[in-house]
Amino acid sequence: MMTTATAPGAHAAPRPGLAARIAGRAGGGLIQVFLILIGLFWLLPTLGLLVVSIRDETDNNASGWWTFFTKPAQLTFENYTNLLSSGFTSSFWNTVWITVPSTVLVIGIAAMAGYAFAWIEFPGRDLVFLVVVGLLVVPIQIALIPIAKLYGFLGIFGSIPGVVLFHVAFGLPFAIFLLRNFFVGIPRELLEAARMDGAGEWKIFSTVVFPLAKPAVASLGIFQFLWVWNDLLIALVFADTENQPMTKALQSQMRQFGTNVDILAPGAFLSLIVPLILFFAFQRYFVRGLLAGSVK
Amino acid sequence: MASIVLRGVDKIYAGGVKAVNGLDLEIKDGEFMVLVGPSGCGKSTALRMIAGLEDISGGEIHIGDKVVNHLPPKDRDIAMVFQNYALYPHMTVEENLAFGLKLRKMPKAEIQRRVVEAANMLGLEGYLKRKPAALSGGQRQRVAMGRAIVREPRAFLMDEPLSNLDAKLRVSMRASLNQLHERLGVTTVYVTHDQVEAMTLGDRVCVLKDGVLQQVDTPQNLFDRPVNLFVAGFMGSPAMNFVTADLVRDGIAFANYRLPIPASTFTDKPGLGDYIGRKLIVGVRPSDFEDARSANGHNEGWARIPVRVSVTEELGSEINVLFTIDAPPVMHKDALALAQDAAGDEADGSLPLGGGKSLWTARVNSRSQVRPNQDLELVVDTHNLHFFDPESGLAIGHPANVRG
Repeated sequence: MMTTATAPGAHAAPRPGLAARIAGRAGGGLIQVFLILIGLFWLLPTLGLLVVSIRDETDNNASGWWTFFTKPAQLTFENYTNLLSSGFTSSFWNTVWITVPSTVLVIGIAAMAGYAFAWIEFPGRDLVFLVVVGLLVVPIQIALIPIAKLYGFLGIFGSIPGVVLFHVAFGLPFAIFLLRNFFVGIPRELLEAARMDGAGEWKIFSTVVFPLAKPAVASLGIFQFLWVWNDLLIALVFADTENQPMTKALQSQMRQFGTNVDILAPGAFLSLIVPLILFFAFQRYFVRGLLAGSVK
Repeated sequence: MASIVLRGVDKIYAGGVKAVNGLDLEIKDGEFMVLVGPSGCGKSTALRMIAGLEDISGGEIHIGDKVVNHLPPKDRDIAMVFQNYALYPHMTVEENLAFGLKLRKMPKAEIQRRVVEAANMLGLEGYLKRKPAALSGGQRQRVAMGRAIVREPRAFLMDEPLSNLDAKLRVSMRASLNQLHERLGVTTVYVTHDQVEAMTLGDRVCVLKDGVLQQVDTPQNLFDRPVNLFVAGFMGSPAMNFVTADLVRDGIAFANYRLPIPASTFTDKPGLGDYIGRKLIVGVRPSDFEDARSANGHNEGWARIPVRVSVTEELGSEINVLFTIDAPPVMHKDALALAQDAAGDEADGSLPLGGGKSLWTARVNSRSQVRPNQDLELVVDTHNLHFFDPESGLAIGHPANVRG
């Protein structure tokens, strides 16, 4: 879980011989070509989706999307303008209103709970943690009906808070598990130093432990965001039509025979682009640890 | 600034392990007190109890004129330097130094003044904007010191702050620490397992073993008048040589040697006379030996013992001469504890000698030019022999051990 931090240049490898270097470079080149091919192959469906979304319906029905590259004149943003002037925008905002609170709440609650499980002594701590981790094995599907009944009783069935609550409840066990294990890896002396410096539990959490957990929080945030953003099942069960997120809106465009590709393609691409932006914004936290230089 | 007083302090961990046992210790205002002992002796636990990072199972700790048993660390007004520095990795040096002051809601200008002052004192001016990862080990150590200094606390607590530095840097940081203490005059409690650090830094040194206080005294007194076998063997490098010997009217006999004891020794060490005709443990410091040839002219009262040299360690200005004597190693529990400490975590680090022999060390002048497998005549300063009770291990005739 913890990333290993090595000081740059700490282990300068000895220079290999010329022949070995040439062989190494050639081998490295081959590997690079191979990796690029795999990457392109993986990107192909997304690329196709993008292209389909910028051709008009008749073109899409008449020929394959790859003909776009020989006839770029097919380019049109009509699908997007149509989509954005339809009711689809409201489902986009529904997705945002479901996803952002679900992610923020999970991170906030899990970070505080993880800190307590990792660093605060209280009776029954390990047992409670065990129970929380045990909740990981509860499948969402078996909770749908009981929760739906409960929501009906509480009067939040169909509402956005209801959907958010469900996502938070089922996101927490894993989030707590992940963050607690990350926090435990932070050297004890760091917390003690903060305590000597005059920090209470909240200050230690907010100024020392949480900032150090950025890599873990970022990866957790991405995962949680993606789960909620891409969720269809919970939205289908708990969200009314007026509160439906994009996934449910797109699903409703599926027909038994044929599909409304002019709506589905740009809609799907829009729902794809936001997580991508987020991922690239935080990607540096995935690749480096922040603990370098703290102790020793 | 404040004095720190420990009265009958106990620390019992869950499971019944007694890490600190009835510790009484008085650290005067402005004093540099070193807690020293082998690993697991409770020195760090004692320090952490003073800091407030460990609960106190029994007894009282006073800082200044206040009992602090139940005060959280932040209300004790003390600063601590950790063995692994524990710098906040996500903050710059400046932020690291200012962190404790910000938490105490100090005005910005005052924080700035103190940070700059501490940075100047420690030679960190050029590094204020750097993060700990971009600093060398010595610089990180200084930042850790600086974080304590800016607080201007009533006492510094240091938990083996130099043990992660390489040997050369450790020596220079040791000197800087001494200077710093001279300059700031803040009460300091310093934990180390290195007896050289203890000797060079401490105004007074407190030797602990298994959570029990052995002796508190100035470094020189610990060296000259250890209270028991353990302290005698722990302080001083190379360590004191021990042997079980017979005390007769005017001397001691062990292996095939017989050393006279000056009459003054019997008056200096009351109670020693009672051991005549009995066995006791004799301790000889390596530095109380000399090569008979280079000691010519000033060997009055020094006894001669011929030995066969097995190993020499040349240190430039002197030579450590290792030789075997025909007497079994002292099996007192303190001596065994010392041997275990010297061996580190391994069960037994020393080579078995067998045949009832034990290995002694003598420190002689390098002019001696002695080589392994030579015969050598050593002289011993018999005025400085140490005598210990074979049962209790207590130093015979030490004021602390004389009843009445």
